[in-house]
Amino acid sequence: MTIDKSEKRVIGITLGLMGLFVFSLLYAKGKYKSDVPECLPYDKAYTEPKVNKLDEKTYQVFSVASMWQFQPSEIYIPVGSEVDFYLTSKDVVHGFNISEKNVNMMAVYGAINKTTVKFDKPGVYDIICHEYCGIGHQNMRAQVIVNYPEAK
Amino acid sequence: MELAIPVALLTIGIYHGLMQTIYRAGVLKQTSFAKLDYYQGLTLHGVINALVLTTFFAVAFGHVTMAFYTKKEPNKKLMWLSFWLMLTGVVMASWAMLAGKASVLYTFYPPLKAHPLFYLGAALLIIGSWVPLFDWARMYNQWKKENPQTKTPLAVLGTLINFIIWFVCTLAVAYEVLVLLIPWSMGWTDTINVNLARTLFWFFGHALVYFWLLPAYIMFYTVLPKVAGGKLYSDLAGRIALFLFLLFSIPVGVHHQYSDPTITQGVKFFHGMLTYGVAIPSFITAFTIAASLEYAGKKRGSKGLFGWMAKLPWFDENKFLFAYFIGGLILFIFGGVTGIINSSYSLNTVVHNTAWMPGHFHMTVAGPVFLGIVGMSLYIYSRLSGKKIFLPKLNNIIPYLWVIGMLIFSFGMSWGGLRGEPRRTNLGTTYLNPDHELYRSDWVPTTLLALLGAIIMFIAGMLFIIIFFGTILSKKKEEGILEIPVSEAYHDEKRVPLFDKFKPWIITMIIILLLAYVPALLNVNKNSGPGAPRFSIDNPVPETSVKKVK
Repeated sequence: MTIDKSEKRVIGITLGLMGLFVFSLLYAKGKYKSDVPECLPYDKAYTEPKVNKLDEKTYQVFSVASMWQFQPSEIYIPVGSEVDFYLTSKDVVHGFNISEKNVNMMAVYGAINKTTVKFDKPGVYDIICHEYCGIGHQNMRAQVIVNYPEAK
Repeated sequence: MELAIPVALLTIGIYHGLMQTIYRAGVLKQTSFAKLDYYQGLTLHGVINALVLTTFFAVAFGHVTMAFYTKKEPNKKLMWLSFWLMLTGVVMASWAMLAGKASVLYTFYPPLKAHPLFYLGAALLIIGSWVPLFDWARMYNQWKKENPQTKTPLAVLGTLINFIIWFVCTLAVAYEVLVLLIPWSMGWTDTINVNLARTLFWFFGHALVYFWLLPAYIMFYTVLPKVAGGKLYSDLAGRIALFLFLLFSIPVGVHHQYSDPTITQGVKFFHGMLTYGVAIPSFITAFTIAASLEYAGKKRGSKGLFGWMAKLPWFDENKFLFAYFIGGLILFIFGGVTGIINSSYSLNTVVHNTAWMPGHFHMTVAGPVFLGIVGMSLYIYSRLSGKKIFLPKLNNIIPYLWVIGMLIFSFGMSWGGLRGEPRRTNLGTTYLNPDHELYRSDWVPTTLLALLGAIIMFIAGMLFIIIFFGTILSKKKEEGILEIPVSEAYHDEKRVPLFDKFKPWIITMIIILLLAYVPALLNVNKNSGPGAPRFSIDNPVPETSVKKVK
């Protein structure tokens, strides 16, 4: 079985490219901690919406999605906080997207999703439901409010 | 028949495509238009274009290639059985969708509940599409006995591989529909494991895209080089690519669930790597097809490094298939690149479920797949019926018009997605309504671009419908024959037995499948909590259990 010269070259380029992609992913995972959501076993404790302040800069948010709202719907935190979001759904599948922070999770009945994100800049961040969840889907939004208004 | 029905349905499919971009851009600030709700239209658009049109065509094209290359007749009774099963399924599901009882989108994730006939219809469509595989296996075995030392024709190999993939992947969705969804929607069972249903759906869902794509690949390998006036660069490369699809098409489904709970990061990463595996046959194809086209251009007397491109029959209306194929390939460059981005693990969190996604997959399924399907349907019909194409010059322009529309549309969608614009959302009533508190002005340019692209595609689509039915209504000009262009190979390698039999490949496929999916299913089983009751699309309170017989 003989392989054409240009075919050989292109096989090399392809493998090199794939290797580069894999390397970049692992590099980003190590250096920037960019990762997909974490997997937790189901626990009923996460189905009660709340915001826990662990210390000055560390928060836990138990977010519960339902038709057609997120609870809590407004989350106030100071700048520089690191937030663990725990997410579940009371009914159908919902989405949870903070696009500026690359937070992207699905809220599923009978399951707990988790991700961690740090808010370095003050501002208002939209949490948008990006999975179709019935007729009110386009109304479903919550907000993370970082150091705004200044009072808090 | 098997070609005309999907094309007629396509009219509805394309109409709803345009309507969505109108809603999304905020031109319509309401939930429904002409008594059809946005989400109902989106369900129709997805089910008709992505499931019905593609499945009918794959079956019809399979019959054509198998009969043409093996010179054997498919069993007529089985053909009709398969056709009626699929049609009954489509009628059932269409009724449920049009009646507004199944606005659950084509992914039908529970616990949003659709009418049981929607699920049953989907199951019949799938079961109907299984039937031909067994008949084709008989035809292939007979052919093999008569020609033991001849290489299996590439198109036959591709068709059989495609339907083996289809059969295996649809087992999971058949289980989801028949064992989980139907009893649950009928009220025989109270709850459903949503995570399990999603995982089974995506076992099927990604292989589905290869089931659409492989008929187009078969055309690129076996028809396009001939139409372009050249030869297929390498026959063996085509075989290797097809067998790699057999191995890697299914065990990659979790890359649709990177953002899901209950599946560990390790399993997600593993599926991401396997997805890179399935990119390799597409890289092989990209090279082989480009090399075949270069050869065609050089044969036509081109000079220089890129001169061959100018020599290809872009505007030769007697070779209109070329225009449809090359249009699809141009879109697929972008479709493929965005696909690799999506599968890239953490990079997916930037784009998952945003408008980027439809931006990506419209350049695959509504690129090479759609253009291949409609171009080939028109070609086969006109040859089989002996009729001339209606308005041939216009016909040759359609694919280019489509490509321009699609590039604008996808650019708008991708850009919007990077700005956080969600997919599957009736944006016009809230986010794109200046009077609403959720208004997002940064999504105005992106949705307007998508709208502009959709209008251009709508025009191209309607022109195609006119040409298709104009051809049907025209008079017969010559004797009809079953004929498709056949490409010779430039490197026609000797028969390599390993690349001419199925058994070792199917065994390897099953091993990879088990390695990829046993851990995923164990994860889901371990990390899932209680199952979910039934929810309808307009009520946060679950439906009460149907009265139980004692």
